[in-house]
Amino acid sequence: MDPNLRREILLDHYQHPVGHGLKDEKGYIKINTNNESCIDNLDIMYKIKDGIIEDICFDGEACAISTSATSIMIQSLIGKNKEEAKKILDNYEAMLDERPFDQELLGELNVYDEIYKQPNRKKCALLPFESLRKIIDQL
Amino acid sequence: MNREDFEILNQEEKLIYFDNSATTLKPKQVVDSVVDYYTKYTANAHRGDYDNSLKVDMEYEGVRDKVQKLLHNRSRKEIVFTSGATASLNMIVFGFMKYQLKEGDEVLLTKAEHASNILPWVTLAKEIGIIIRYIPLENHLVTVENVEKMITPNTKVISIAHVTNVLGDERPITEIGELCSKNEIYFVVDGSQSVPHMTVDVEKQNIDFLAFSAHKMLGPTGVGVLYGKEELLERLEPTSLGGGMNASFDSEGEIEYKALPSRLEAGTPNIAGVIGLGSAIDYLLSIGFDRIHDHELELKKYAVEALEKIPNIILYNKELENGMIAFNIDGVFSQDTAVYLNHYHICVRAGNHCAKILKEDLQVKNTCRISFYLYNTKEEIDELIRVLKNSEDIFKVVL
Repeated sequence: MDPNLRREILLDHYQHPVGHGLKDEKGYIKINTNNESCIDNLDIMYKIKDGIIEDICFDGEACAISTSATSIMIQSLIGKNKEEAKKILDNYEAMLDERPFDQELLGELNVYDEIYKQPNRKKCALLPFESLRKIIDQL
Repeated sequence: MNREDFEILNQEEKLIYFDNSATTLKPKQVVDSVVDYYTKYTANAHRGDYDNSLKVDMEYEGVRDKVQKLLHNRSRKEIVFTSGATASLNMIVFGFMKYQLKEGDEVLLTKAEHASNILPWVTLAKEIGIIIRYIPLENHLVTVENVEKMITPNTKVISIAHVTNVLGDERPITEIGELCSKNEIYFVVDGSQSVPHMTVDVEKQNIDFLAFSAHKMLGPTGVGVLYGKEELLERLEPTSLGGGMNASFDSEGEIEYKALPSRLEAGTPNIAGVIGLGSAIDYLLSIGFDRIHDHELELKKYAVEALEKIPNIILYNKELENGMIAFNIDGVFSQDTAVYLNHYHICVRAGNHCAKILKEDLQVKNTCRISFYLYNTKEEIDELIRVLKNSEDIFKVVL
């Protein structure tokens, strides 16, 4: 991916993240996730109805990579069922681990296709997806 | 000063190391002493009757005298080698306090303490029902008045850092020590951030227990010191049992421990580490703590003056007299700032610095921390300032 385009997408999601702000409504499952490097700390809330992810929102303190990854994750997951969400999760993890993955399926998440080059930031990119891993079986 | 002794600073790719509160660089003298042990006279300590073994004993035990000189305490028996300040603090809590305290006894801590001076206490509180109370901070600082106000007839321990690792504030240790001695309170001091930078006098300061690590004072990792007044260490139950600490034992379960300090050093010690600590102490004392401290203060003053002129830099501890600067770039997450500076080979720490409950007081969760030591220079600060002035392109660099 062109580095300028990549940066533009990342920065846009960092500065104007999708789903920012927790909701005080019923029907949400809240998951806290924080980085082992002890800095990033995000609360992510999922609303699931009839096996479909209806809404996701989040809040917390996190770096540009974690925040943008959360935003793009939310954008990619809303409206998906368990099987589709799991496919995205598996392919995203494969991309970060430098294993073969379905590029088309990941859409804007492809902006992290070179994050493996910075091992300390890989954790940041994975952070929001840890919450998905935790709730996927509840879908 | 002394930059020629630090090989890591003299590589082709320049390195600006401003993370000295986390760990410090190692001078040639320290590295050589460790390598000498491994290449010229390897042997176990306290075991053999051959020349190398005797030399190891002499070197290893000689470091106890050096630590005694550093801390100004009464006896070499009061110096126990551990794996670091964390191990020392855990030994104090689980080897001593666990048997001396009872339900309802109060321990005073602060919210600015490092995890290693909070988690053992919290765990002991769950085990035996002691009560932890936090001394209120005044503008993030500990004052003698606030300590005094918190003391009740049930207060049995005050356990605080001499210098904190987030803001680098120095606590009024001597006055608190006096309060402790007057009220028969055990005074535990985490010296991790003070022993490397200033003169500590455990006698004058009425310190009952002191913990610190070698690696924050030019020494090797994996080694540290537990100091305790002799009459207290005599009552400290070994939390680790094995070779080297018992005088005899039998199949009936009768164990007789050795005398101090061996009683508290089970197993083969970190011999190379202790020898390295000895060289680090020699090195620091030959320069002198007054000179080191003055140098750090001068660097901070120089850096703060320049940082204040950069509009989007927020400083959190500029008025404190120490070699530490906590800051953020306005609107930028601390980790992104640290990654940005790393691009220019400038090493700073981002985060909450293991003081996870300080945020309740500081109102800011994460900061970038610069911490100076003797080998840092004004030229390095100039480079930092240049990079921070250009930080409008930060996301071009970090993303």
